[in-house]
Amino acid sequence: MARTLAEKVWDSHVVRSAEGEPDLVYIDLHLVHEVTSPQAFDGLRLAERRVRRPDLTLATEDHNVPTDALTITDPISLLQVETLRRNCEEFGVTLHRMGAAQQGIVHVIGPQLGVTQPGMTIVCGDSHTSTHGAFGALAFGIGTSEVEHVLATQTLPLVRPRTMAVTVTGDLPAGATAKDLVLALIAQVGTGGGQGHVVEYRGAAIRALSMEARMTVCNMSIEWGARAGLIAPDETTYAYLQGRAHAPDGEKWDRAVEAWRSLHSDEDASFDAEVILDASTVAPFVTWGTNPGQGVALSDSVPDPAAMPAGGQRDAAERALSYMGLVPGTPMKDIAVDTVFLGSCTNGRMEDLRAAAEVLRGRKVAAGVRALVVPGSMLVKLQAEKEGLDKVFTEAGAEWRNAGCSMCLGMNPDTLEPGERSASTSNRNFEGRQGRGGRTHLVSPQVAAATAVAGHLAAPSDLEV
Amino acid sequence: MEPFVTHTGTAAPLRRSDVDTDQIIPSDWLKRVERTGFGAGLFIEWREDPDFVLNKPQYQGSTVLIAGDNFGTGSSREHAVWALQDFGFRAVISARFADIFRNNALKGGLLPVQLPSAVVEQLQDMVEREPSTAVTVDLAARQVRAGQDFSAGFELDEFTRWRLMEGLDDIGLTLRHAESITEFESARPTFLPALPVIR
Repeated sequence: MARTLAEKVWDSHVVRSAEGEPDLVYIDLHLVHEVTSPQAFDGLRLAERRVRRPDLTLATEDHNVPTDALTITDPISLLQVETLRRNCEEFGVTLHRMGAAQQGIVHVIGPQLGVTQPGMTIVCGDSHTSTHGAFGALAFGIGTSEVEHVLATQTLPLVRPRTMAVTVTGDLPAGATAKDLVLALIAQVGTGGGQGHVVEYRGAAIRALSMEARMTVCNMSIEWGARAGLIAPDETTYAYLQGRAHAPDGEKWDRAVEAWRSLHSDEDASFDAEVILDASTVAPFVTWGTNPGQGVALSDSVPDPAAMPAGGQRDAAERALSYMGLVPGTPMKDIAVDTVFLGSCTNGRMEDLRAAAEVLRGRKVAAGVRALVVPGSMLVKLQAEKEGLDKVFTEAGAEWRNAGCSMCLGMNPDTLEPGERSASTSNRNFEGRQGRGGRTHLVSPQVAAATAVAGHLAAPSDLEV
Repeated sequence: MEPFVTHTGTAAPLRRSDVDTDQIIPSDWLKRVERTGFGAGLFIEWREDPDFVLNKPQYQGSTVLIAGDNFGTGSSREHAVWALQDFGFRAVISARFADIFRNNALKGGLLPVQLPSAVVEQLQDMVEREPSTAVTVDLAARQVRAGQDFSAGFELDEFTRWRLMEGLDDIGLTLRHAESITEFESARPTFLPALPVIR
């Protein structure tokens, strides 16, 4: 029978299936960070269980990491990080500590180290685990109870999800990025549009994306409610993986590639749902509200809730505009920001930094704007410094930091003050996400950089030469 | 896990859609390494507003939350479930739940009850008119009942229902199949990545 990519990956990981019960699915890689794991390790100890496969478990410190000084002064944060260290030592799990060469945001280091590979099942107590789907892996976020379950059994009981295709036709125009593409998609389908589905992104525009751009798209799958998002592996995928620390080599590489070549949806496979998006209509995109679906083209204006159908959507828009301190009809480009954040598991990779540096080279961050550039991993940091990007950023007046989640969420010293407004390359613009009372506009790295220079939301094409 | 068979209590109407996990429990609360004590952080920003529904005297002691569409969107934090439970909620009713939140709730015994949005609104209207209305979430019958004549069936797969009603530990259930797991492991491709084990 014809099968989709997601179904092929699923089927090859079913340990046990029985009528009327969820499938027991094997997990090839379990990524762990300090925030969602302490209670899971406690559970193991309480039940006198061990970690079944420490060799398939990889931990890193990211959410709490202060990216300036690498010294945690908040005692609660410190305890959480120290707890992870103790747990990894006790249970034999590899841990990349803050400051170490291979440390970084969990979803940046997995691909970078080559442990993320096509056809795998990958979980983490983190919703942005969907990032790893860019390699044709079935990757999704889980809660702490499930973290404990995977630690103890290396499996999860799961109900087979429905499948959805997102077919992106045409070519992305110059100036539009993978981030714009996915923000435009979410504005079209809404934050719950993918609920219950594993999504496969496909079509010419997806094939044309680099691995890092594919990761940006898959990363945001959860922002429209999809259980996971994946992209069939191809030559781009293999070229990215070959030679990485944990990628197979020699004869194993050949066998792996042969297996990976079967990882695509069959011609006549059917999806439970399909969304079609024309990439040629995508332009730089920005959010105006307090969920990632509340976005418009950067050239557009703040929408008027009164023009929306009465009910939940209008109420939510009114509440969002009140929180964001915005007036309907204001051109998005008139909105001034206090802070620009470039980083996160969405846009904290080399291509993101290079694109932003290209905009900032020879320019200055506007007076009164604080610009943070936070590489997604220490390896990204090292590479960026080799390329001299750190100099470009610091000469422009931006801060160059160590690797961590930083201002994507308010769990470390990088936060917004109440009422402060940011242009952020991260993934969530929820109320208070970047700090209590903070106001977030989600943007691409290019728009973030141009905004830093202009002092208000702007595209690179808006800047004077 | 405490078994869930049926629960009767009063309900609070939360007329907001896309309630995200950062609102349910903000991230600075996630630094804690315990599993308890998160109730104090539930909706903490919204609770600063005296008019917020959970601050109203008539909804004190509510054990059922009747929320807008797409409840629990956002992060994977199970702390959101722990916060709702610690605050006293036993069930949440919504027209739609974000997948990870729903999974987490079912693991922890907080019952996520999905009903059509018109029915959710009908219930919200009812408890707004009469806050003392007793709402029953009956997992055995897969039914919500309220007031004199309201009743609505909801769906939940038989396996999950059985597990919740028995209060069974998922890990214990899976470990009954340890041999199947070992057998599966022996056939995994050898090109798959493995990390050094620290011992």
